[in-house]
Amino acid sequence: MIEQGLESPLDVKEGLRRFDYLADDRIAQVVYLADRLAKPILVEGPAGVGKTELAKALAGLTDRKLIRLQCYEGLDESKALYEWNYKKQLLRIQADESAAWSELEQDIFSEDYLLARPLLEAIRSADPVVLLIDEIDRVEVETEALMLEVLSDFQVSIPELGTVSAATQPLVVLTSNNTRELSEALKRRCLFLHIGYPSVEREKEILLARVGGLGELLADQIARLVRSVRNIQLKKPPSVSESIDWARTLLALGVAEVESETVENTLHVLLKYQNDIDRVSRDLSSARTDSLAT
Amino acid sequence: MLDMLTGFVQELRHAGIPVSTVEALDAAEALRFADIGNRAAFKATLGSTLVKNARHYGTFETAFEVYFALLRPAPGEDDADVPSPGRPRPGLQPEGGESGAGEGELEALLQSLVRALSAGDRGLLRAVARRSVEQLAGMERGRPVGGTYYLYRTLRRLDVDGILERLLEAAAESPHLTALEERLLREEYEGRIESFREEVRAEIRRRLVADRGREAVARTLRRPLLEDTDLMHASREELAMVGQVIHPLARKLATRLAQRRRRGRRGRLDFRRTVRRSLSTGGVPMEPQFRIPRPARPEVFLLCDISGSMATFARFALQFVYAMSGQFSKLRSFVFVDALDEVTAVFEAGADFEAALERISSEAQVLWLDGHSDYGNVLAQFWERYGGDLTPRSTVIVTGDARNNYRDLRGDVMPAVAEASRAVYWLNPEPRAYWDTGDSVLSAFAAHCEDVFEVRNLRQLEAFVEGLTLPQRPMRRLHLPGEFG
Repeated sequence: MIEQGLESPLDVKEGLRRFDYLADDRIAQVVYLADRLAKPILVEGPAGVGKTELAKALAGLTDRKLIRLQCYEGLDESKALYEWNYKKQLLRIQADESAAWSELEQDIFSEDYLLARPLLEAIRSADPVVLLIDEIDRVEVETEALMLEVLSDFQVSIPELGTVSAATQPLVVLTSNNTRELSEALKRRCLFLHIGYPSVEREKEILLARVGGLGELLADQIARLVRSVRNIQLKKPPSVSESIDWARTLLALGVAEVESETVENTLHVLLKYQNDIDRVSRDLSSARTDSLAT
Repeated sequence: MLDMLTGFVQELRHAGIPVSTVEALDAAEALRFADIGNRAAFKATLGSTLVKNARHYGTFETAFEVYFALLRPAPGEDDADVPSPGRPRPGLQPEGGESGAGEGELEALLQSLVRALSAGDRGLLRAVARRSVEQLAGMERGRPVGGTYYLYRTLRRLDVDGILERLLEAAAESPHLTALEERLLREEYEGRIESFREEVRAEIRRRLVADRGREAVARTLRRPLLEDTDLMHASREELAMVGQVIHPLARKLATRLAQRRRRGRRGRLDFRRTVRRSLSTGGVPMEPQFRIPRPARPEVFLLCDISGSMATFARFALQFVYAMSGQFSKLRSFVFVDALDEVTAVFEAGADFEAALERISSEAQVLWLDGHSDYGNVLAQFWERYGGDLTPRSTVIVTGDARNNYRDLRGDVMPAVAEASRAVYWLNPEPRAYWDTGDSVLSAFAAHCEDVFEVRNLRQLEAFVEGLTLPQRPMRRLHLPGEFG
């Protein structure tokens, strides 16, 4: 890219680490490609594995402003793209009633009366930005189409004004929890990156980076325990964000080494459903009696 | 490289992954920025540009491993530290050898494997995997045997499960091992053994490709996409994966059933939007804007055949019920064999799927006479007990093969059910060619259904959900004044 290109995937990886984001080779490579090819990244994966964090760290790494569009059902163009400031337009009309209409029309449909929403803001920004479109799977398919123009050509068409093109290339990150299938058109324009639960080694490093004061031994134990819990059939398996919370809890309790009793007492931090908590504590305690028997 | 890429894209398409030309071009462009020597980076480059669905990733991975098997470092390059038991024999085994390794060599291999596993030494593990395949798999040139056969042969000789026990016993000797630690240790070893298996698989693949060429091997190892897997004969793992991807579909079905006529202008006036719109006409509200009417909440009655002939499919159907119950507030689910029982409560929000299955198999009263499907009786029961709850807003979905075991059809019931509800859909997991053969009486029911679908895999279920357009409810008659009396 133009001024601050990312040098290599390794560069990305180390850069992200400085902002406490532990990327593996795959993530680093895709981020690097996105920058080189000027393509949006579509990040998919279960909740709490650091999809949004990636965008934040990326903004830090490239020293850009982060513009975030949180999607929700019913999001429309006046919230995502732009809206005319109609109160101001009304005032303008009333303030100058004698003015000729053609003159007025020129006036009230100018940039002064435009309220830029995140997508337009990202496009118009003089400095390059990181645009995060969060949870895109929440909007309807029709709304998704709104973003296509922005994502492929980095421009927005406003009927009254014409086309606004990007002065600088934004880095775009879209996240999805995969609650619905996204349209082919959208996917085709993006690089696809699925982030799953990390390996034990990576999770341990994440914990060490994120939780200050956590010991090596405890981090290792927590990472392995969390993997063990993820192997159990659960409604909501614990995510990275939950294991971080759990590590903080254990640290606050002054635990030096994890034992089954402390695990059982703090499971509610790791799991969000009573059913899951019951199942895990049953599972862990049965492991205990099994080994006593043998 | 470009030839290789087009070949690879072809292979992906053969396997069913939709790769557009634009995406193939993107991949070619992206490869300029990828270090081909770095396997993970190379794979990420192709993966992120060619595969846009996490569900397809397994299929992609298999194709990738085969296609680029020869890009793995060849044996001998980093094998320097392999403990050399006896004389290392390069290349494939000579013809006809059951397995060339003598007992002494096997023991030496085992020892280094145990060492590699307990230390978690990746390099050693790979080296051992190579040597094992070389000595134990007994691979022969040009033999059209699949990789699984060789994998089985290699692992059988090594007795990998026995090794796990050996490792754990060794660990148990250290005094301060709590149950929890033991559990974690076991999982750690299991993980390492799995990565050993993966190394063995990779080595076998590499040799197969070297022998037979990548196209041939890719063809034999090709894995169908998850959405094309036949649900009547799916494995447990496949069903588990289906369970993960079914939620978006259930959600889509929910919105389909809640369909509204968006164009309808019968909502209340939206004042804000009207004023806003009036600006383009100089403040005169020429075009009144209306709020979109809220959709009616759909009611769904789901009837699932869980008889023996449907066992695998039933598990899938129940997964679907489970996913749907998260989406609909008014979903009532029923299971049946030759009698029908309501299981709505079992799937109440927050319920655990496995636990729900257990409850259904132990509690549901679905047997009446002999446990052979009896659709006539089941529908009659449904009509008798729950027919009163059907309204013109209810959609009834039946899943089953309509194999009635030559029993009474109770032909009067289905028309009554269809009459009382908005629509009845029948999802049949049997291939269309088998319908109405033998004891299948589908067409007798189908006559009263809105539509009948063959649903043997996820793709077809998706097609059903996508294509679903509910029949318009008959308009309520407007009574004009003066009509009465």
